[in-house]
Amino acid sequence: MTQPASRSVGHYQYEERDRAFLQERINEFEGQVRRRLSGELSEEEFKPLRLMNGVYLQLHAYMLRVAIPYGVLDSRQLHKLADVAAKYDRNYGHFTTRQNIQFNWIALKDVPTILRELAEVDMHAIQTSGNCIRNVTSDEFAGAAKDELMDPRIHAEIVRQWSTLHPEFTFLPRKFKIAISGSPEDRVAARFHDIGLLARPSENGPLFRLFVGGGLGRTPVVGQELFDSVKEEDLIATLEAVLRVYNAFGRRDNLYKARIKILVQTIGLEAFRKAVEEELARMDRAAYRLTPEHVAQIRARFALPDLKAPADASDVLEQHKKADPAFARWVASNTHPHQDEGHICAVISLKTPGDIPGDVTSEQMHGLADLAERHSFGEVRVTHLQNLVFGHVRKDQLHELWQGLKALGLAAPNVGLISDIVSCPGLDYCNLANARSLPLAQKLGARFGDAALQAEIGALSIHMSGCINACGHHHVGNIGLLGVDKRGAETYQILLGGDAGENAAIGGILGPSFAEDEAVDAVARIVEFYLGQRQKGETFSAMLKRCGLKAFKEVAYETV
Amino acid sequence: MKLFDLSGRKTLEAASPVPFAEWKDSQQGTAISLPQDVEVEELRPYLSSLTLIVLEFPVFRDGRAFTQARSLREYEGYKGEIRASGHLLPDQAIHLRRCGFDSVALSEDANVKDWEEQLGRYQFYYQNTAVSPV
Repeated sequence: MTQPASRSVGHYQYEERDRAFLQERINEFEGQVRRRLSGELSEEEFKPLRLMNGVYLQLHAYMLRVAIPYGVLDSRQLHKLADVAAKYDRNYGHFTTRQNIQFNWIALKDVPTILRELAEVDMHAIQTSGNCIRNVTSDEFAGAAKDELMDPRIHAEIVRQWSTLHPEFTFLPRKFKIAISGSPEDRVAARFHDIGLLARPSENGPLFRLFVGGGLGRTPVVGQELFDSVKEEDLIATLEAVLRVYNAFGRRDNLYKARIKILVQTIGLEAFRKAVEEELARMDRAAYRLTPEHVAQIRARFALPDLKAPADASDVLEQHKKADPAFARWVASNTHPHQDEGHICAVISLKTPGDIPGDVTSEQMHGLADLAERHSFGEVRVTHLQNLVFGHVRKDQLHELWQGLKALGLAAPNVGLISDIVSCPGLDYCNLANARSLPLAQKLGARFGDAALQAEIGALSIHMSGCINACGHHHVGNIGLLGVDKRGAETYQILLGGDAGENAAIGGILGPSFAEDEAVDAVARIVEFYLGQRQKGETFSAMLKRCGLKAFKEVAYETV
Repeated sequence: MKLFDLSGRKTLEAASPVPFAEWKDSQQGTAISLPQDVEVEELRPYLSSLTLIVLEFPVFRDGRAFTQARSLREYEGYKGEIRASGHLLPDQAIHLRRCGFDSVALSEDANVKDWEEQLGRYQFYYQNTAVSPV
């Protein structure tokens, strides 16, 4: 296999010892599969072991969830994912809200082989599931966004390495999710993670604001600030301390009360903080100190893009927009300002109205990898809203990229708009779900498919989960949809007013659930009401606050 | 029961452990066993007279004893033997050793080869631990 001559832009470049480590992890898993097949391991014993390596048993088949650390892929990795999809799955993959990719139709016997193929491009499935520290997520515009304070990916990689096969925290009460952002705009839902970190620079090095105990699922909770300013050198020690308190005191008698949010709620933030501070006081701090040398070593394995653009790049983009209104509409919704004047971030919608949110075919993946090679230093990011980002596109070449995306059927101009629907796989795939989520997401996408209508509605998020485990994050959608079983029928509850960002809020339940088509109509009436009643520039959440849930409820249940 | 040596301690304690709650009253012998819901701080006054602490795993998924072992080593400075007992898998050998366990009590029919193979698997680890630095 050939290695790229230079370091990867955007993610940590593996060294030989990382590759040797992956091989050993695969050998270990292969042995576990063998022991399961020979009966040496019971299914009860095998289950946590396979989950820790990303293998789920779904409704119809095994599912393999592959880690994409902090959501950054390079083009050779994306080509490889396309190959895996074609060879071992049904020719597509599904990008998740945790910035990973899932293959839904995998045979267990193929898993070790797939893992070896992935390891050829430094990819793995370590800790994408199970009651351990999961793959760390980050800001999709990291290292590129104009509003960024510091690039969070170096520390995301440090946390990834620290959490990998951690000897003490691999058999936790429940799963543990960490997200890290370096922007004042919280694009990682930091307050909805077990630990959310907001990084910022200071005269004396990076500082981290640490939120604890947030989460969605059955008991949605907004995370609370544990520490305002954790110093870089204390980052690992602080994570250790939080995890120790959780591992020792988190509930293990009830699966649904085992997340850290329940522990923090039960003993209260002050008592929790006191326990963490006691750990920190007793800890051998030198052993856990994150040294500047270590940070520099990790940083050195990230390559920076060489951002050179012609002086007239912005002008050329303006000309392209003027000449092509469809392109202009796409630019308006699907781009984000870049730190460099001649560059821009492009968001590729995986929500083509009528298609399954987050799904990409093998051919599309190959095409995207080629486009990334040409237009974004070979770098592709996965967003927690199930879209993709090219981080560093020259403005004068954006039109060319758009044409390439159109040819792949991936140029929907709807990012952040109503048809940019976040959804879990639902009952079509998942054995936890009460209802299908994909058909409803598809119907809603089609209902609001018209680009002009979407542009008129403006920023509005719909999130859809097939059950209360909330993988589609329905609590934080401006409009949330939740599949519920009503005497054997699949029905849908509507929630309004959720927000995942700086103004974190959990949506309120509107009332009794709807049948599938009724739910589509009810959402349509809610949106119509918003369009008719909103004041100039008023967001959906702002109007909801002004008019109250009751007004929306009356509209939603009007003809039912 | 057969004992498996995780840490290369060589001489493992042969005495039968007494449950801590009982031992506290009599303080006879130097070997105790501790359930997962007792904080190891409670052992502090007695540590110098103990040579074996057995930490229990009611089920292998319950990882509290990993934190107990690390606390004993790192916070309490306990130098005697720490043993794992109960429902354990060879897949946990490295976790146990790196958290400060010296030995594991296996059933007579346990496959020791799996445990040995697991101990030698990785050439390095990504994180420091107080008892086994990188």
